[in-house]
Amino acid sequence: MIVLFLIGTILIICGLFFNKNRTVNYLLVSLYVVLLWCLGVYECFHLNQTEFTFFTADSLGLLLLLVLCIVAVPALYHGYRYLEKHNLGETPHSRGIFFGSMVLLITSCGVAYLSNHIAVTWIFVEITTLSASALIYHHRTMRALEGVWKYVFICAISITFIYVGILFLSLSMKGAGIEDMSFTSLYQNRLLLDPYWLKLSFLFIFTGFSAKFGLVPMYTAGIDAKDKAPAPAGALLSSILMNLGFVGVYRVYGIMVQTPVQEWARAIMIISGLLSIFVAAVYMTRIKNIKRMFAYSGIEHMGLVVLGLAVGGIGVYAAILHVLLHTLVKPTLFFQYNQIYWIYQSKSVNDIGDYFKYNKTGAILLLLAFFSATAMPPSGLFVSEFMIFQSLFESHHVLMLLVVVLLLTLIIWGFGSNIFKLLFTPLEKELERSRIPHISPWESLSQYVLLAFSVYLAYNPPMEMVNLINNAVRIIQ
Amino acid sequence: MIDILLILLSISLLYMSISNRLASYLQILVLQGLILFGTTYLTLTEVNTLNLLLIMLETLVFKAIAVPWFMNYVIKKNKITREAEPYLPNFISLLIVTLIIVFAIILASFMNNEHLDKTFFVVAISTIFTGLYLIVSRKKIITHVIGYIVIENGVMVLSLAVGNEMPMLVNLGVMLDIFASVLILGIFFNKIGDVIKDPDVDLLSNLKDN
Repeated sequence: MIVLFLIGTILIICGLFFNKNRTVNYLLVSLYVVLLWCLGVYECFHLNQTEFTFFTADSLGLLLLLVLCIVAVPALYHGYRYLEKHNLGETPHSRGIFFGSMVLLITSCGVAYLSNHIAVTWIFVEITTLSASALIYHHRTMRALEGVWKYVFICAISITFIYVGILFLSLSMKGAGIEDMSFTSLYQNRLLLDPYWLKLSFLFIFTGFSAKFGLVPMYTAGIDAKDKAPAPAGALLSSILMNLGFVGVYRVYGIMVQTPVQEWARAIMIISGLLSIFVAAVYMTRIKNIKRMFAYSGIEHMGLVVLGLAVGGIGVYAAILHVLLHTLVKPTLFFQYNQIYWIYQSKSVNDIGDYFKYNKTGAILLLLAFFSATAMPPSGLFVSEFMIFQSLFESHHVLMLLVVVLLLTLIIWGFGSNIFKLLFTPLEKELERSRIPHISPWESLSQYVLLAFSVYLAYNPPMEMVNLINNAVRIIQ
Repeated sequence: MIDILLILLSISLLYMSISNRLASYLQILVLQGLILFGTTYLTLTEVNTLNLLLIMLETLVFKAIAVPWFMNYVIKKNKITREAEPYLPNFISLLIVTLIIVFAIILASFMNNEHLDKTFFVVAISTIFTGLYLIVSRKKIITHVIGYIVIENGVMVLSLAVGNEMPMLVNLGVMLDIFASVLILGIFFNKIGDVIKDPDVDLLSNLKDN
């Protein structure tokens, strides 16, 4: 099935690139969505079966693939709305490149979740850089060029780091006489690997993946990228692409578990996680650009995830749940951002306000999304965040817990003051009624559904999901 | 013979840290490409011939000829000034690169692995970190790209160390090389060159937080 999926995707992408007709374009993208869902449903019934040597739908991969299937549909829909409304100078060619890159990004993320070989994951990480850079450069402006240059350069270095890490990993295998680099073989032989090389390998691989994951050493490029990319693409960059980094770190950390290297890996992840939350707190209290603020909020959540992963216990379960819920919540903010921009034609906090007056449905949604993204109850993320705190407490990291809670309070303050300014503060100069575009309430439907779904998953988790997460946790414990 | 080539590579790093003109950077890149070509031939004795030819072709054609030539073309076309414009004096650069090499040697002395030649490790690590140093210490965008290519060369040396057992990894490295360089050089440097003449990182500071 996965081979069929890949071949189908390549054909669709070629079609999108060369096609000039709008209707055919719509049809091809719809066809892709059907194909993606077929893959998702097929993998549900073929759990833990290896296909084409390199791909296994294990529990973690399947969970992430399913949320990807869910998020991909509104992302592509809002992509259409974006191109129709935001950018009147759109040519068939640029539309083709936009959707081709979206499809390529979704595919490479989805397939990378399922790969069971570290080199194959690495190859798909490379492809995400390519597709993401085409999306960031969509508007062909000087600033987009700057964003894409920084993104490509930092991602190229990060990919090189992952590659160096893989080389070190192969050196650690050399002494033990292992040749197979698939994750299953690495997990089985983890105790035979040479700790010295394993340490270096984790350091490099983690640093490399931090560019996609959105963690401290290399998070910077991602922020510019999410700022400059069209919002539907930014939604994908801040959800499924971050999950790709998570998968990479999770699987590689799985190799270190129960070896002498585990403490080292933990220390690296804790430092990186704390610094990420710190950086997010510092920037979010003084930031004026709302789109960048949404991007920094992602950095904060990934910092929490990696902390949960590092301290272990219930934290690992919570980390996976947090990633899944974050994938549903964060895109809503980005989809909603488009409506804000249509009304105010600006992303600076100084130019916006009184949103309830101009777009009621969107304003209520934004309020709900704010509660969700800051993990206040009734948000779904509250459950997973609470479990991460619990794991920090149980593992006697009380001081760290205090610091994290303090930083999160700062983040809520920064986030809240900007969002409430947008929602309630009256504008100094009222917008002209005639200039405000009419925004149909139906455009917010998909966002409401995503938020409701995240709450449902957190408070009433289906048994299947709990079992899948528990299976995935077994890699670490 | 391999050792001589590798030591020559690290000497070229020292030279790179003090050279002032872009042209000499490009000449060093050509030299490094040729050194890698020779090292590949001497090291990968157990790899099948076709694969070896492919890798050697990449080092020779891509690293030693195509990339430096293309950069030269970009420099000429955009009339970039010939100075490298470092932020730090050359003497300090030289000191830092020396420290990097010493650090790599100390790191290597901690390892006890009879499967790896320490020379490869030292040269590779010092090349990678010198590349990073070049990126942060030079002002022009094109010197950033040169720094990145130096990192790639270091990675290539490291991959040669495991090349005999796992030729797949060397092939992946070749793929990385071509992919990243084409992406960085081919598409974007060309674009940046078209939009802003004499590109300087100071021009790339519009994306800010407020």
